[in-house]
Amino acid sequence: MEKRELTCIGCPLGCAVTVEMEGGEILKITGNTCKRGEEYARKEVTNPTRIVTSIVRVNGGKIPMVSVKTKSDIPKSKIFDCAKALQNIQVEAPVHIGDIIVENVADTGVSVVATKNVEAL
Amino acid sequence: MLNYDLVIVGGGPAGLAAAASARKNGLESIIILERDHELGGILNQCIHNGFGLHTFKEELTGPEYAGRFIDEVADLKIEYKLNTMVMDISENKVVTAMNREDGLFEIQAKAVILAMGCRERPRGALNIPGYRPAGIYSAGTAQRLVNIEGFMPGREVVILGSGDIGLIMARRMTLEGAKVKVVAELMPFSGGLKRNIVQCLDDFGIPLKLSHTVVDIDGKERVKGITLAEVDSTGKPIPGTEEHYDCDTLLLSCGLIPENELSRGIGVDIEPVTNGPVVNESLETSVPGVFACGNVLHVHDLVDFVSEEAATAGRNAAKYIQNGSREPETSHETVDLCPQGIVRYTVPKTLNVDRMDDEITVRFRVGAVQKNCYVSTYFDDERVMRRKRPVVAPGEMEEVKLKKEQLLKYPDLKQIIFKVEEA
Amino acid sequence: MYDIIIIGGGVAGCAAARELSRYKANICVVEREEDVCAGTSKANSAIVHAGYDAEPGSLMAKLNVQGNQMMEDVAKELDFPFKRIGSMVVCVHEEDIYMLEELLERGKKNGVKDLRIVDAKEAHELEPNLTEQVVAALYAPTGGIVCPFGMTIAFAENAAVNGVKFKLNTEVQNIEKIDGGYALTTNKGILKTKVVVNAAGVYADQFHNMVSEEKIHITPRRGDYCLLDKTAGNHVSHTIFPLPDKFGKGVLVTPTVHGNLLVGPTAIDIEDKEATATTREGLDFVVSKAGEAVAGLPMRQVITSFAGLRAHEDHHEFIIGEAKDAKGFVDVSGIESPGLSSAPAIGLMVADIVSKMMKLDENPDFIATRRGILNPSELSKEERAKLIEVKPEYGNIICRCEMITEGEILDAIHRPVGARSLDGVKRRTRAGMGRCQAGFCSPRTMEILARELHVSMADITKSGGDSKLIVGTVKDRL
Repeated sequence: MEKRELTCIGCPLGCAVTVEMEGGEILKITGNTCKRGEEYARKEVTNPTRIVTSIVRVNGGKIPMVSVKTKSDIPKSKIFDCAKALQNIQVEAPVHIGDIIVENVADTGVSVVATKNVEAL
Repeated sequence: MLNYDLVIVGGGPAGLAAAASARKNGLESIIILERDHELGGILNQCIHNGFGLHTFKEELTGPEYAGRFIDEVADLKIEYKLNTMVMDISENKVVTAMNREDGLFEIQAKAVILAMGCRERPRGALNIPGYRPAGIYSAGTAQRLVNIEGFMPGREVVILGSGDIGLIMARRMTLEGAKVKVVAELMPFSGGLKRNIVQCLDDFGIPLKLSHTVVDIDGKERVKGITLAEVDSTGKPIPGTEEHYDCDTLLLSCGLIPENELSRGIGVDIEPVTNGPVVNESLETSVPGVFACGNVLHVHDLVDFVSEEAATAGRNAAKYIQNGSREPETSHETVDLCPQGIVRYTVPKTLNVDRMDDEITVRFRVGAVQKNCYVSTYFDDERVMRRKRPVVAPGEMEEVKLKKEQLLKYPDLKQIIFKVEEA
Repeated sequence: MYDIIIIGGGVAGCAAARELSRYKANICVVEREEDVCAGTSKANSAIVHAGYDAEPGSLMAKLNVQGNQMMEDVAKELDFPFKRIGSMVVCVHEEDIYMLEELLERGKKNGVKDLRIVDAKEAHELEPNLTEQVVAALYAPTGGIVCPFGMTIAFAENAAVNGVKFKLNTEVQNIEKIDGGYALTTNKGILKTKVVVNAAGVYADQFHNMVSEEKIHITPRRGDYCLLDKTAGNHVSHTIFPLPDKFGKGVLVTPTVHGNLLVGPTAIDIEDKEATATTREGLDFVVSKAGEAVAGLPMRQVITSFAGLRAHEDHHEFIIGEAKDAKGFVDVSGIESPGLSSAPAIGLMVADIVSKMMKLDENPDFIATRRGILNPSELSKEERAKLIEVKPEYGNIICRCEMITEGEILDAIHRPVGARSLDGVKRRTRAGMGRCQAGFCSPRTMEILARELHVSMADITKSGGDSKLIVGTVKDRL
């Protein structure tokens, strides 16, 4: 029986969550103080994911960069692929919160969206 | 001379929430003065998520959270000036400010809300010896260069300070192509949120060295290397434990200091522990009609609490003005809020039961980590509340809510004491 | 071929340049750093000594007292800050009072005015924060404080306006005697000149020894300093010295001309002429020693620390004059303390020597005055408002801690021998010298420099050379 100690990243509380596993199967999850913690723990031991936040160049905007995020979490193993996929992206101003910057980033099926409004010059 | 009822200094999360709250409490004449080229304050460069879980029940990035309040200020048609630096505030609330278009101008205010936020502790204040090369940045300045301007301040990074800004920048630099070699932390515990240790350090295999500090900086023109050493329980470097790291960048995340130059100029009393103004239950400073909220009052961990605090300040500033720029009458004595033991300070520092809202939130930080304990509240000698906490730590602000109806039962109350007791 | 090449753009070299520009001559200052005032001139105590320390009859004594006397007028003429706040040498042991009396005698011999010894009571009246242990003090009302960058840059600008050329980023590597003068091999090619003025600071011995058999030897003597926030600036109102020892004047505590408090220096002889790093021991020494003369130093208010290297010649004396065996090679060497205090007098002396040597004619177009960078905070509210109407850049605050506007930074960049780097802007405007130590203003200053110099922000440096601030753009190495 394997015991994994995790810190939940679902919210700033950072609860210490313990997952008991046997042969890849989850037996018990303890220590979480909400449902998100249980979901996080489940995912983290089987298929860890993360939301990736980054920045992308803007052309013709009042500011040079716009902040972006993956619309939902992507596999942890794809974090750098996601960052690399944004390397040469440039968007035209104006940009609005929620605008899709890249669809299906790094083959994850998840879009990257803008998280800031940028007015055009 | 311009005239506004309420002048709010700072258009970051505190200033925005205070403005919205004052307007929603019936105040028409409000102006926000912001020194940057956009509203949103520091949130504009906090592109990571983790904001808004309390306020909006969603997890938002910094700019998205700011965007909600910027939209609200726009919807409420609250006036603001950008690229405007407040130079001085007089004790009778004349605000002197400056920008390119309006030049040097003065506003006579009936009330002022201080929401200037804070700045970072620089290398010089840490007294780190060595050369003074390029490549030493406070984490926030590096964050601005990366996230707002799109520049890389360096390629091989050592970070001093495991507060949230340092941890966040460890991840940011890594995801923009730099190599973060190590994060050193003077204390035996990290100052940041545990979730940030996981998603900023563990995820990228970046080592965290607790009880370590920088003892030398190498490189005359540009950083060439950093020497770390272990420190003893008093924070003094232990000879023989030195480790050298080749790098071209040192990021410093060693503390935030509320920016209270303007507050000192007005003459408000400053609390030495927080370096922020002393305030009463209405978040009013020692100068009547001058209120404070957000990081300028005390450094927060969660912006959600900044917004809450700022809403309180806005509401009370509105009340003050609507009451003829006078504090409400009271038949009760002022009660002192007293931190004891590892509790370092409280905001507010005093309360008056007549003047308080039905419920107020008292916020404080502890000076040491304690596990398995109670956060206890005493009215003079009587313990009236306690809450079990698995752990309390300096990096996590605590709060206790006090109800007016509860306090009214104690007409002779002199002190409310906050302490942490063993379970 | 130049008439005169001055090696070194520090305070001595720039003072010499300015005084020589009163004459008709083709003059060039050659400086290896990207700016003037980049060596010892930018890292010292900023004191204008009264002149009781130096050996009577020495050149140091003569030029110190002369420089001290001239300082007010020069500061007015060239528009740099100078304040005659007075200084005190504090004695904490009865048995050492004779040392104060020796200094008093020395001072009188050197021509220092108004020197007197005060008792403990008067010492405390003059300076309430002196240590309780004070038994007596030497009070020198003629002591003063100056802005070392202000003075050096003022000399440089005025020299430039009067025709002196400045070759920056130009390092002299070798000097050879040629027919009619000298050939200087630099990293930017060979420069020929009739006369060389060697004002090369810690490197002056290197250049002197290239042309003269009578060798001189300069040891870099490092001084570490701590600078305290302006809120500590009035902890003392005079410059406070301990009794001097064989290494120098000791660790002093002084207000600066800009309102900070300065504590230091150490006096540590080192080998490496480039080693301007402070050390833990040095900073600790400064903190502990300063507390011996002044009580209650608010050391939690330190905002930065730095070190400078004094050019200490073995004989502890200024060497100013034509080298005996090297005609046309004029030393301005061994300019350690009281070098800054003596600078105006050093300039005059060098100009006198060289102009007579070369039989130079006076420059009838010489402009003696210089207006420094306009400081809007010195204007009235109405004047300031008017200024912003005409020049809106004066309405845009860049450095929040020191309240410096874009207008001042633009002025700093565009004047003669203007700023090209963050440190250049800092020394001319004080932007970046405040309590946040450029955390807030540096990205903004970098933007302005890039725009005005027509380069990319990635090309902007802290202080020239390899001190790039930005290494690339985001994701460029992913």
